[in-house]
Amino acid sequence: MSSVEVNKSQPSPGPTDVVSPVRNNKEKRGVAGYLFVSGYFLLLVLFGVAPTLYALYLAFTSSGGHFVGLSNFINTGKDFRFLPAFENIGEYLGIWLASLIVIVLGLALMLHSLARRVSAAFRFIFYLPGALAGAASVLVWLFMLDPSVSPWKFVLSGFNFHNLGQTIQPSHLPLIFAIIAFWAGAGGWIVVTYGALNNIPNELLEAASLDGAGVWKTALRIKLPLIKKWIAFMLILAFAAGTQLFVEPTLVSEASLGLISPAWSPNELAYVFAFQNNNFQYAAAISVDLLILGLMCAAVLVFRTKLFEVE
Amino acid sequence: MKIFNRLWTKTLGFIVLLAFTAFFIVPVIWLLLAPTKTDHQLIFGNPFSFGSFHNLAHAIRVTFTYQDYALLTWVKNSAIYSFGGIAIALVASIPAGYALAFTNFIGRRTLLGITLFVMIMPATALVLPLFLEANAVHAIGSPISVILPFSFFPFGVYLSYIFYSSSVPRDLLNAARIDGCNEWNVFRKIALPLARPVVALVAFFAFVANWNNFFLPFVMLPSNSNYPLPIGLQDLLSSTPAFNPGIGGDVPILRPELAVATIVAMAPVLIVFLFAQRSLVSGMLAGATKE
Repeated sequence: MSSVEVNKSQPSPGPTDVVSPVRNNKEKRGVAGYLFVSGYFLLLVLFGVAPTLYALYLAFTSSGGHFVGLSNFINTGKDFRFLPAFENIGEYLGIWLASLIVIVLGLALMLHSLARRVSAAFRFIFYLPGALAGAASVLVWLFMLDPSVSPWKFVLSGFNFHNLGQTIQPSHLPLIFAIIAFWAGAGGWIVVTYGALNNIPNELLEAASLDGAGVWKTALRIKLPLIKKWIAFMLILAFAAGTQLFVEPTLVSEASLGLISPAWSPNELAYVFAFQNNNFQYAAAISVDLLILGLMCAAVLVFRTKLFEVE
Repeated sequence: MKIFNRLWTKTLGFIVLLAFTAFFIVPVIWLLLAPTKTDHQLIFGNPFSFGSFHNLAHAIRVTFTYQDYALLTWVKNSAIYSFGGIAIALVASIPAGYALAFTNFIGRRTLLGITLFVMIMPATALVLPLFLEANAVHAIGSPISVILPFSFFPFGVYLSYIFYSSSVPRDLLNAARIDGCNEWNVFRKIALPLARPVVALVAFFAFVANWNNFFLPFVMLPSNSNYPLPIGLQDLLSSTPAFNPGIGGDVPILRPELAVATIVAMAPVLIVFLFAQRSLVSGMLAGATKE
């Protein structure tokens, strides 16, 4: 897979219009193209386009199927749980993205200055908890946050938390979800950032050190600006994924004895509308809100950073 | 003075690295040791002690036999959904990546653009719309309602496209054409065998994504006998007296048993990580190419 490894990858030429030796061969290949993409195209229509269009249809109609304009969006926006849900994930995202910028970049820079083999061991350890993404990571952290069994008991009791209920009070949740996201996800980003740092030509760094730039100066003035695009890539993807928070608040609220709202995050609120109120129109309206957020992230990433090649 | 400063920075850096190492690894070690202890030992003993094999066997037996081997059903379901999704995703995405890289058809660029967008958008954003769609066609509760959305895997198409357009020379395919291969055979005999590494990569990524997916099966599959492992974990969590004192006093699932179930849930992904670390990392970087 060396072709896609960052330290070796090169801008790939993309399909060039080489004139094919036989003309009707080329036409045949056009038909073949349709056949080769047909399976994927079908899946895209059925499970990408159709659900999106159907959600849009529901979001703009009443339960009787009449067009109602934006009223589903306005009514869900006025729901008492709507703003708090977005505030919750906003707070969570603030902590999570800040920790990505400060800690992930810091650790990647540190590892980059170590011998390759030493840093490989660290990278592997940091990356490992990624195997427990999702429900498993939440369960592990419920143990870690429960002062009665936690190996971090001394830290928790330092904050005066003596039972799980005290650790997972609602005001702590954004931080707790950021810690879980960091535990399971930071390692992957450290590896990616490290890969990007490895791509910086050595001559550049040598020139900097000849000019008398110290470790800090080199890191801040040379290394970080050169991997700017990767930092943007990381932040946008983490932001997009973060807006969708669902499994973490759902499981933690399971263990909170009703302390935590079942509509803590926007996705949970949409779920509550669909499953408890049977109001598919409202659920669709919130889904469309979230889809637009996701699409905006994708648009920024594709059009502004030009990291992805589409030719 | 300067040397002293540098030494100081180095030591400090090492302490920071060790602290983060502890942060990342301690929960894993604790989890692996938990099933060897009793609930009582977990509360009062040293968190990093090993209990006994007797306890371990007991915890495993209780976890697996709970509710008539429900855990095994969940493992089976997870495997069916994950591998079913991977199989269809591979059949659909490898030829699609090939066609996007090497053939010309109307709408090719548009398809590539849409693929990119859907790939970056978090998959979770489509879960409720998918639910509404499945509900409209009365597919809720059927394994198909999870397997088919799993098999829509635009990242796989993108990886396959990148692989073909950057690592397979067009001349190689043209040579086969001149030798009289038709388009299907060019793909089947030349392009597909070359794609082995990318097939593995797509399969790994699809596996990790499918195996850990919570939200989609959570809305699609309401009955216990259809749960995959993550929903099973949630089910255990909601019935254990370890986190819900007062309810379900007769449920035998305590912390050591919850730890066993968590380990069972994570083990396959952990194994994939251990054996495929390098290719997974290279794939993460392939999500975007260097300028």
